[in-house]
Amino acid sequence: MLKKLRVALAVIFWLGITLLFLDFTGALHGWLGWMAKVQFLPAVLALNVAVIIGLVLLTLVFGRVYCSVICPLGVFQDGVAHLNVARKRRKKDHKPYNYSPEVKWLRYGVWVLFVVALIAGVQALVALLAPYSAWGRIVQNLFQPVYIWVNNLFAALAERAGSYAFYDKEVWLRSLPTFIVAAVTLIVVVVLAWKNGRTYCNTICPVGTTLSFFSRFAMFRPVIDTEKCKNCKQCEHQCKAACINIAEHKIDYSRCVDCFNCIDTCKFGALHYQYAWGSSLKTAQNEDGKAKSSVSSSNKAKIEDEGRRAFVTGAALAVGTATLKAQEKKVDGGFATVLDKEVPNRDVPVTPPGSKSIKDFYRRCTACQLCVAECPNGVLRPSTDLKHFMQPEMSYERGYCRPECTRCSEVCPTGAILKITKEEKTQYHVGTAQVNRTLCVTEDGTPCGNCARHCPTGAIQMVKDDENSLPRPVVNEALCIGCGACENLCPARPISAITVNGRHNHLD
Amino acid sequence: MERRDFIKISGAGALAMGAAAVGCAPKPKTVGTEEGPEQMVYRENPVNGDKVSLIGFGCMRWPMIDQGDGKRVIDQEAVNEMVDYAIEHGINYFDTSPAYLMGQSELAAGIALSRHPRDKYFIATKLSNFGDQSPEASIKMYHDSFEQLRTDYFDYYLLHSIGRGGVAAFEQRYVQNGMIDFLLKEKEAGRIRNLGFSFHGKAEEFDALIGLHDRGEIHWDFCQIEMNYVDWTHADGVRNANAVYLYEELDKRGIPIVIMEPLLGGRLANVPDAIAKQMKEREPDKSIASWAFRFCGTYPRVLCTLSGMTSMDPLIDNIKTFGHFKPLNEEELEFLERMATQMKEYPLVNCTDCKYCMPCPWGIDIPGIFKHYNTSVTEGRYAQTQEQKDYRKLKNAYLVSYDRAIPTLRQADHCISCGECLSHCPQSIPIPGELQRINRYVEKLKQDTL
Repeated sequence: MLKKLRVALAVIFWLGITLLFLDFTGALHGWLGWMAKVQFLPAVLALNVAVIIGLVLLTLVFGRVYCSVICPLGVFQDGVAHLNVARKRRKKDHKPYNYSPEVKWLRYGVWVLFVVALIAGVQALVALLAPYSAWGRIVQNLFQPVYIWVNNLFAALAERAGSYAFYDKEVWLRSLPTFIVAAVTLIVVVVLAWKNGRTYCNTICPVGTTLSFFSRFAMFRPVIDTEKCKNCKQCEHQCKAACINIAEHKIDYSRCVDCFNCIDTCKFGALHYQYAWGSSLKTAQNEDGKAKSSVSSSNKAKIEDEGRRAFVTGAALAVGTATLKAQEKKVDGGFATVLDKEVPNRDVPVTPPGSKSIKDFYRRCTACQLCVAECPNGVLRPSTDLKHFMQPEMSYERGYCRPECTRCSEVCPTGAILKITKEEKTQYHVGTAQVNRTLCVTEDGTPCGNCARHCPTGAIQMVKDDENSLPRPVVNEALCIGCGACENLCPARPISAITVNGRHNHLD
Repeated sequence: MERRDFIKISGAGALAMGAAAVGCAPKPKTVGTEEGPEQMVYRENPVNGDKVSLIGFGCMRWPMIDQGDGKRVIDQEAVNEMVDYAIEHGINYFDTSPAYLMGQSELAAGIALSRHPRDKYFIATKLSNFGDQSPEASIKMYHDSFEQLRTDYFDYYLLHSIGRGGVAAFEQRYVQNGMIDFLLKEKEAGRIRNLGFSFHGKAEEFDALIGLHDRGEIHWDFCQIEMNYVDWTHADGVRNANAVYLYEELDKRGIPIVIMEPLLGGRLANVPDAIAKQMKEREPDKSIASWAFRFCGTYPRVLCTLSGMTSMDPLIDNIKTFGHFKPLNEEELEFLERMATQMKEYPLVNCTDCKYCMPCPWGIDIPGIFKHYNTSVTEGRYAQTQEQKDYRKLKNAYLVSYDRAIPTLRQADHCISCGECLSHCPQSIPIPGELQRINRYVEKLKQDTL
């Protein structure tokens, strides 16, 4: 019964949060956004005291149900492990797991490393280890493209049927390194879960370790009734956390994720989830046990290769000639080739309105990619800069930060992007446009002014050098908010003649 | 123009239908307008006795196949099928140009037509020297047309689209480079049977060209004008002359008229709902397009009405219209005038999708944007205020269909207003301004500030 309840809740949470990452229409974040906000690390980074206290209390009362229900990566691993358990059962192997002792050095070593990284602001490491970020990255990089392709199939059908219910969305590779990290993470997690259930959660996951400090004192825990126990070890064999030691009739509550598989399994009623406040807090550990580590890095090269191949088709961009050669015969129809834009050099990265400063943004962001998955304008993508590796930044080759859009600010669970309204958005000066005259088409004698025409704040004016020259753009940096409309709509290609450079502080 | 004048003019035209050969010049005779089995209507060219079908095939809108990486080629198989069907059903006038369909139209027409005896059809093509206007390039274009069309004579040869750029442009393209003398010699040699021009522009410019005829400097054997029930009296009188003026001037001089844009690039086949309803009330079984064709055919000086048919369906419908041709009566002409007035109330762009403006050097899909906008307005996918009850639905429909029709990179917001297109537009549409108008509308939808 308890197990069924756990599975039902876990499925709801997992589907909800995964859908949140898959959805690109913005239709779901109003309903599901809270699921990201109750994740542990985002709550810590957002200094969301209520959620932190709530989660700690939850763990103190019920144990690590967070890991079994709320954490999407944990639930995903349960799913993978379940497949293998079912496979083994078909092969008449009813002993998928065995007790193994805690691998302390790794577990606490990783935790200390994580805390140091968090304090020192090495966000790339934090993001790499945190379970919620890892899941977000996996879904955004690996599953969202599939989701969009299916959507595009529907869009094509809808188009034929004259319906506007589905619209086409382009799939593009935002950052190859992040894609590779996501793919490697997925494979490592799948392999670990397939072989040994919750190994990741109990040896690597810093959130799991943090919660374990509280779960050892949990009010309710699975308890072995030694009177009834027949030492059949079925519970031990079903424990994917490998934390039940039947030889000593002890359970390592620091590693127990309250999946209730053991209770469900026991034929003798020897296991109960019950009030156990104040009973022996410390579980015996078998120190001679061997730690198992199945992280195989030999796969990495292969994965990288596959990832590349899978995306090369999508990322390969046709490059033609930009200028149309004067034709001997002017014929009607056809299209001039439009070169794809390239990312210009930005001394300071641009981060979304709602982030108070570059520093604040990068300190709080867990690189979960939720904003990246959400951005409807193709502006946000994970950074490849090692200092901010995988944390998002803005660029305007495919679109610009549109005045009516505040979607990233609505989904960000960590407070890296604060929730803002359309009106508040213009108070954030995330960058300043700069004109590179040598690239401007007015220099070649083509009258333009598209940047000035589309600037939503009127920061760009067209001025003349002298009576005979064409008007060229100048930027009033006091009015410019860094939205990138000018850069995106600038006809100069592949590098725009007007580009946005980030600002350190967004609110002065 | 007052409605009374309109009735007077249109009435006069309609009355003239019955009485052939009235006035100073012989009118083209209409042959075979009896009811009953399908019978194509022919008009006789009073000058040389050519019996021209009242509906002609415009070779500017044939279907294209996308070959990827921006390459598009004419669907020759579809063209052959249409041309065979057209000839079989009595259509014998084919109008092309070296510039049409990215320069592929003449060849496709040549391939399709050369499968039929040369005396079964009339070929019309043009000197489309919009780019290089040197005598060498122009003469090469002229010679190339023979090769492409696989013929050794042209029945109808036109100076392509004059009027734009005024007399000065005409002088530059045809007089200063000696082309007009060259063509007149070619006519003497019999390689051009009829020499004329196609016109888009102001009345004064037309007067100047017709003045050459009046003074005996150049004899225009025929003239091609834009005519339909909207342009009749509702052409933008400033930049483009009303069709009624052009028609009357030509009629006075007995110059046979070929009509282009009878449907305004298809816009008169897909009219706003309110207008379609009124047409269907009168003629439930006749297509909306048939009204426009009957309008043109009603005027006796018209030798041929060109229709740029993209597929078999409009072709079959047009053969139906002209195979059982019924000219409009006075009351029906008055009705169409009312429809034209109503149509002017819709904020449509006056684009006929001729693609002369293309390719835009900045990659904008100008006719695509206008077509999407016009269709949205016509078919009611056009929100007018946020207060209207299905605003969300209309907004979504407009924006989704816009992205479907036009790749983001080719949408109106990328127009830099360089003005390159302006001189190419036969309709004299202020293209950059209209693109910006549409973009402002899109922005209002996106930002909910409509």
